[in-house]
This record gives sequence, C-alpha cells and structure tokens, in this order.
Amino acid sequence: MKTTLSRTLLGVVTACAMSATAGFAQEGDRVLSIGGSVTEIVYALGLQDRLVARDTTSSFPASVEELPDVGYMRALSPEGILSVEPDLIIAEEGSGPAETIAVMEQANIPFITIPDGFDRAAVGVKIRAVADALGVSEDGEALANRIDEELASAEVSVDDPLRVLFILSMQGGRVLASGTNTAADGIIAMAGGVNAVTAFEGYKPLTDEAVTAAAPDVILMMDREGDHASADRDLWGNPAISTTPAAESQSVVRIDGLLLLGFGPRTPHAVTALHSALYGAE
Amino acid sequence: MAMVSAVISAKPAVRSGDRRIRARQTIAGLAALLTFVFIASLTVGASGTSLFEALMHWAAGEEIGLRERVILFDIRLPRAVMGVAVGAALAVSGAVMQGLFRNPLADPGLVGVGTGAGLGAILAIVLGGFLPPAIAAITGTFTVPLAAFLGGWVTTLLLYRVATRNGRTSVAVMLLAGIALGALAGAISGVLVYMADDQQLRDLTFWGLGSLAGATWTKVLVAMPLILLALAVAPFLARGLNGLTLGEAAAGHLGIPVQRMKNIAILTVAGATGAAVAVSGGIGFIGLVVPHILRLAIGPDHRYLLPAAALLGASLLLGADMISRTIIAPAELPIGIVTATIGGPFFLYILLRNRGILDM
Repeated sequence: MKTTLSRTLLGVVTACAMSATAGFAQEGDRVLSIGGSVTEIVYALGLQDRLVARDTTSSFPASVEELPDVGYMRALSPEGILSVEPDLIIAEEGSGPAETIAVMEQANIPFITIPDGFDRAAVGVKIRAVADALGVSEDGEALANRIDEELASAEVSVDDPLRVLFILSMQGGRVLASGTNTAADGIIAMAGGVNAVTAFEGYKPLTDEAVTAAAPDVILMMDREGDHASADRDLWGNPAISTTPAAESQSVVRIDGLLLLGFGPRTPHAVTALHSALYGAE
Repeated sequence: MAMVSAVISAKPAVRSGDRRIRARQTIAGLAALLTFVFIASLTVGASGTSLFEALMHWAAGEEIGLRERVILFDIRLPRAVMGVAVGAALAVSGAVMQGLFRNPLADPGLVGVGTGAGLGAILAIVLGGFLPPAIAAITGTFTVPLAAFLGGWVTTLLLYRVATRNGRTSVAVMLLAGIALGALAGAISGVLVYMADDQQLRDLTFWGLGSLAGATWTKVLVAMPLILLALAVAPFLARGLNGLTLGEAAAGHLGIPVQRMKNIAILTVAGATGAAVAVSGGIGFIGLVVPHILRLAIGPDHRYLLPAAALLGASLLLGADMISRTIIAPAELPIGIVTATIGGPFFLYILLRNRGILDM
C-alpha cells in the first residue's frame, strides 16, 4: 500500500517537473476536463496546470474543486464552456448533449471523447486516450503500464468468493441495486467478489423478494460521509435486507463513490481497499 | 370555477372603456418589456461577451472574433428566438385552453399534449437504440423532439376522437379522458423508466426539467412554423372564446360556429405546444399561470388576453432563461427549476393579494 502511494507520488512529481521544464505554448494549454476519472488521469500525468475548468463529477483531488465547474457532464451548456475559454476539451464517454458538442466544433475547439469501461483493460485504454489528447503519449504509455501492473497485483481471485450487493440508494426503503455491466459490477469482480445481482444490466430497484433471493454476504455502498449509525439502522431495519447473510453478520462496506466507481488511476487502490474490506487485510 | 364566475361578473359595462385603455397600455408595456428582455438576453451570459460590444467593434470596422460570433449568433440568438417562441406558445396555448374548457386549471398538459409529448420523448430516449439504423440516421439528434411532437399530437387526436360524437365535441369528456390517458401515459413511462439504464435515467430527468440550452437554428426552424401558425390563428379565436364564457349554447346563439372554433383551437394548441415541448422539454408554470396573472391585470377579454399572454409568456421564459444560465455559471440550471421556484411564490402572492376579487 505504502509503496503504491509513494510510487504514485514520485510519478506525479517527475511528471510535474517534466511539464514544467517543457513550458512551451501549445494547443491544449487551456484544457477543460469532463468526467471524474478523466480529471484524475490529467492529474496523474502531472498536467493539472493546464486545466482551466472541470465538471461537477470531477471532485478529486481536492484542489480541482478550486477550478470553475461547468456543470454536470451530461447537461453541459455551450456558453458556459466557452466562457472558460478552453482550447481543448477532454470528456468521458456519455458527456454532452450533442448540441453542445456541435457548437464546440463550430467554435473550432477540439472535443475529444474518452471511452469508458469497467475492467482492467478499460483503465489502460482511458489513460492512453487522455494522454494522447494531451500530446504526451509516452507518459501515458508509462502511466498506463504502471497502473496495469498495480491492477494485476491488486486483482485477486478468491476460491470461495463473497456475494456482494451494491446499493446505489435506499430512497423510501427501496433498494436501488447494481446489475451487470456497471462500474460496481466491475470493481466487485476485480476485488475478488461476486455481484449478487446478475439478472439485469445497470441500476434497478429490487423487490424485497429479489433482495432476499440475492442473499448477499456483504452490502457495498458509496460513502456519503453522513451519519452512519442511522444509515445502518435503515439498512438492517429494512425487512428484505434483514433476511440476508449480510444482515446477520452486519457486513457493510462504504467507499468513496468516485474512488470506487471511477475506473481511473486510483482503481488499484480501490481494488485493494475493497478486497481488504471484504476479506480483511492480509 | 370561482375564478370564471368572478371574471364574468367583474365586467360592468361602465368600466369596459377604462379596461380597454388599460389593456392596451398593458400590452404596449409588455411589448417594451419583451424588447428589453430580448436585448438583455443577447447581452448577458456566462462568457461576458456582450452584443453591445460586438456591435461597437463591428461599427468600428473591426473583425468580430470567431468565439464572439459563435456565442452571439449560434448560441444566444437562436436561444433567445426559441425562448420567445416557446414562451409565447405555452402562454397562448394555456389561455386558449382555459377559455375553451372554461376551466382555470386547464393547460395544454391536461388535454394530453404534455403527457403525450413526455411519453414520446421517454420512448425515444429509452428505446432509441432499437430504431432501425436507417431511420436513426435520418432523425439523428431530432429523434427525441420528433417523438415528443408525435406523442403530443397522437394523444391529442385520440382524445379528440373519444370526445367527439356526431360532430360535437364534449369538453368535459375530453378533460376526463385527458386525465385517464395521462394516467396511462404515466404508467407506460414508469415501465420505460424501469427499463432505462443509468444514463438514460439522467437524460429523462433533464428532459423533464426543460431547458433552452439545446437551442440551434435548425430546432428553431423546425418548431417555428407550428408556433407561428398558432400565434396567427389565436386572434381569430378571441371572439369565440369570449362568447364561450357564456356557455356553448349562448355562444351558438351569438352566431359563433362553436364546433369549428373548438376544432381549430384544439389543433393549433396541440401543434404549438407539441412543437414547444419537443424543442425545450417539459417547462411547466408558464401555460398555467401567465393567463391568470393577465386576467387579474387586464380582465378576461380574449382580444387583449391572447396577445398579452404571448408577450408576457415570452418575456417570463426569456427572463427565467437568463437566470438559469447565469446564476451558477459556467454551469446551468434547468429552466423548469427556475420557472417553478420563482413563479410559484410569485403566483401565490398574486393570488393572496387578489383574494377579494377571486372570492366573489
């Protein structure tokens, strides 16, 4: 863990130094980054000085929140974007709407879309795409390889995997769970767990009986830094959840949402964190 | 119904002259307001670019930069034009509907245009992926607006068929059937929302809140003909709508071709609202409330009410849009949130202030 962190830091520092010495004006000096994981990759490449703005989902590292926020990635306003005068926009897949992207084309501002995905390979693809957009393909290759190595060593297969139920929200006592083809599904698999819900794709409300039938050993949630005691009471007090093995052992894991579901440079850390939360630190 | 009876009784003949003058003054004032808001909406924005500055540059013979040009002529101008068209369409449609149904709660949503359009949009968002590529290629980014428009029209025509018998349309049946269809559309939407994935759900949410942010010249050109048609037809409906306040039979005795008027009114309103909803999503409040505000200010005469509604609706929507795109700039609030948070309390205030009149 400690070595991972120091290695990341070292990488960031060297990358910073490199971009600082480079110091030449070029296209992409005023970068707008859309999507939490894209922004994290820009930071991991040490190119955060080129960022002039970000979207609402970009909240890590904390210093990025000092940049102007152009809004939610799927509802970007054309004038809002132009007002921060970007000369390059790097956006996670699904950003838009299409009208806004069309206006950027009209204004001659490149709008580069970064493919999204929920497995080990997708992280590398993302990192390389962002680095290519920023004109630092070699650094990107190095970072992608390093993260891939870290992922390879973080990823574990477990003989008797735990069944994990990811709950996005419990609005009104209804369990909104994550099916297949989601970030939650991907990270659970990488951490050596099994998604307890495989009957559907995406996020769907579960009936009480489906919760019982899913029989999760552990509940996984995003950490909203709220009052955990009362959240736990709601969780275990839910009649459907109370029937599950997870309720019996009171097993709930809460991890920061962007870290857990981002599929960016911090994903090795997320895998390790989730794995040790599930199976205990080794 | 209290309001309608108040509106009829508050019309003593002696005051009608005063009222006419006041209505004309109000309309002139509203026209000035709209001009002001229109210019302001070209001048105010997240980017700090202003129409005034650009004109000064242009007058001085300087080149206007690409960025300024895009902001002024590709973002703000189509958006302002669309705001005027949509605001006017919603407010006039609301006024016509309330007159037609003699019900102060009637708005285009009630006769199924809103629910139908919403359903069409939801269908397009959730099932758009299943469209044959050939069709998807033609409709492109217009799939959702097109589906919304078709949904609104089909629902309205369906209701109209249900409510019309032997060439006579029963407004009561139409209203009730509208509520029934609304419930059905809501249920189908519910199923589709359940089928939707994470991204589609967010699209649905944003569509439901409404926005002028997607305004492009193409959208303006697509929506404009139907809205202009409705605005052009509306004045011809004024006399008939005035007659209808006395009841259908009385209106008939006054020589008003009631059935034909109803046909025209419903079709134009469905067209205009359908087009407005299709390009801007679900924007509530304007259609319902603007006519009420004006009835309190200038009285119930549709000859003044309809043009005033067009002007006030356009001004209010443009004003709300300016707030929505500057208050949290460079990000943007969906306009439905702005119209509701500012309009709701304002309307409540007007109602409380005028309780005396409304209680009569």
